[in-house]
Amino acid sequence: MSNTLRTISQNSNDDLTGTSASNSVNLIEAVNMALHRAMLEDQNVVILGEDVGVNGGVFRATDKLRDEFGLKRVMDTPLAETMIAGISVGMAAQGLRPVAEIQFMGFIFPAIEQLVCHAARMRNRTRGRLACPLVIRAPFGGGIHAPEHHSESVEALFAHIPGLNVVIPSSPQRAYGLLLSAIRSNDPVIFLEPKRIYRYSKSDVIDNGLGLPIGKSFVIKPGMDITLITWGAMLVETMEAAQIAEKSGISCEVIDVASISPLDHETLIHSVRKTGRCCIIHEAARHCGVGAEIAATLSEQLFNLLKAPIGRITGYDTVMPYFKNEAYYFPAVEKISAIIHETIAYDHHGQAKKH
Amino acid sequence: MDTLHFSIAFEQYLLPDGHLAKPFNSKDFPPERILDAYRIMCLIRSFDQKAIALQRTGKLGTYPSILGQEAIGVAIGHAMQDEDVFAPYYRDIATQYLRGVSLREILLYWGGSEMGSDFEKCRHDFPICVPIATQLGHAAGAAIALKMQASHHAALVTCGEGATSKGDFLETLNLAGAWQLPLVIVVNNNQWAISTPRRIQCGAQSIAQKAIGAGIPGVVVDGNDYFAVYAEVDKALKKARSGKGATLIEAQSYRLGDHTTADDASRYRSDTELEQAWLKEPIKRLKQYIETELNWSAEKELSMQKAIDEQIKKAVDSYLNTPAEPATSMFDHLYERLPDCLSDQYAELQAIELLKRYPNARKFLNDDNHRVGA
Repeated sequence: MSNTLRTISQNSNDDLTGTSASNSVNLIEAVNMALHRAMLEDQNVVILGEDVGVNGGVFRATDKLRDEFGLKRVMDTPLAETMIAGISVGMAAQGLRPVAEIQFMGFIFPAIEQLVCHAARMRNRTRGRLACPLVIRAPFGGGIHAPEHHSESVEALFAHIPGLNVVIPSSPQRAYGLLLSAIRSNDPVIFLEPKRIYRYSKSDVIDNGLGLPIGKSFVIKPGMDITLITWGAMLVETMEAAQIAEKSGISCEVIDVASISPLDHETLIHSVRKTGRCCIIHEAARHCGVGAEIAATLSEQLFNLLKAPIGRITGYDTVMPYFKNEAYYFPAVEKISAIIHETIAYDHHGQAKKH
Repeated sequence: MDTLHFSIAFEQYLLPDGHLAKPFNSKDFPPERILDAYRIMCLIRSFDQKAIALQRTGKLGTYPSILGQEAIGVAIGHAMQDEDVFAPYYRDIATQYLRGVSLREILLYWGGSEMGSDFEKCRHDFPICVPIATQLGHAAGAAIALKMQASHHAALVTCGEGATSKGDFLETLNLAGAWQLPLVIVVNNNQWAISTPRRIQCGAQSIAQKAIGAGIPGVVVDGNDYFAVYAEVDKALKKARSGKGATLIEAQSYRLGDHTTADDASRYRSDTELEQAWLKEPIKRLKQYIETELNWSAEKELSMQKAIDEQIKKAVDSYLNTPAEPATSMFDHLYERLPDCLSDQYAELQAIELLKRYPNARKFLNDDNHRVGA
């Protein structure tokens, strides 16, 4: 199997959300636009993190924001993730809306105690007396040839925690709309940005301040024969596999889950009830991944309607390899295509047909 | 650069025998405040005994005694203003009480109900924080918020000396210095972190000197001396409120009780050490002081204790008569709005609880929908 991983070096028209235009933006620019808009509309929104100020963030997510909003609202912090999360909890409980950047998801682990033990619980612990409207932004996933600890996808760790929202955009428009909603949310949101597609494509994003709903999944492409469920950067390979399948006459419905937690059961169930077939594609390791939760939910709800076992195409249950071999780790288009065909060919009387 | 010199002061006014080591500023300590301090210290000690008794008789959950640390809590409570923000750890009921948290709310919390942290007063204060040292970050965040809101108030956070070994403590201390935060950190150095004694917790001569590495002042006070703790906390709060930055105060005390009701300190510390510590405890020395200086009498003591007993009885009765929240309350405050994907779980729990309370309700329920157990 050849590796068809799309990296940021590859150029493509935006086959996800629209066509290029003179004022079009990529995903990271859309993040910057949303941050800018949120800071304009609410004085309580503050940005903090390592290198987010003068430098504008290592990926430039916070570029120029310090110039416009000043160092009191765009704070370069000391290098301490536990502290960044801890003060974010404190600020959020006392009336601010902190948007903290963890430079890479691989460095989020010291912050987890604060997020799990406090951000997720403050509202419940105080019976609503104090809330915790914070956003933790972190680039995640592989594909940019980065050193160790810069490529992990551990969204499932957070999805398991009641009280947290876990949101992953997969296009400039959804990055803009979902981040605005995350900042406006009165609950904590872990906002994970698929850095492999930070600059993958551009599309028109109108800076109109309109948020997109958290807790809702997006049907990116309607179809009749099989539902492909994915999120983040894997939407690129999934869309490509869907287009290849269409040429063989297989009509694929593609869903961007977007809200890993809470999950939009309704949209997922509605789609698979229609198609009867489903594959889940994610970059993260398979064992106890979010795909397992989605597959279990669909099986519970639609067991009699399923025409084939629910397929999962995921990263391996291994340590994320260094970048020489990282392309082998991701679900490639060929692998997705293969499982689409297996799932379509499953005859319900026994084994899947070979193809 | 030149050689740098640092020092850590030790502050003490009231000696264990009730005499003053040095005169204090009498404007800071009007007689009413001293008598109030004594009364609250006695109230909290009696409450502490009652809480332990309730735990022993199965009417309260695991409870951490504050025996011996009454002066620290009362002094902080007296020095703070309502608009300051308090981030407590779990041995801070004296301060919480002075900030308006009721004894009933404190009992509700340790009695296993989240209602105990839904304070009626000082609603911006943080609830008790269990994971050690994590509250330091919250207090620093509150201090940032106060600064941004141009409020002339401060955040105050407490922790034990064990907490000062954690990264949370050091990371926050570092930030407090780097950003000149309006923050006061009070370490209740009660010498024991469960079974770990102070001498193996940290190799430094004092906990307060950790402040030096962060670029903020540190001071040690006699934590059994109400006057010393009040004077230093008051000074640090005023400094923080006027924009002059953070302070670390190490209040040296002694945990006269077990770590919690689930602990047995006789397994790891000697009776001799405990007997020695009792000689320095905070209430007796303040009593001796007010007997000499403020005409405190046995009659006044008796009538005060009677009022305390009545107040505690009332709080305990109210606590014991407070029903648990509905079981579905575990969903009610999880998010601002319950996500749709949790509505089935909510309905199931609601039905289970309904059946438990009203067994005859089964006929009104559709079991298939609610998956109610037999």
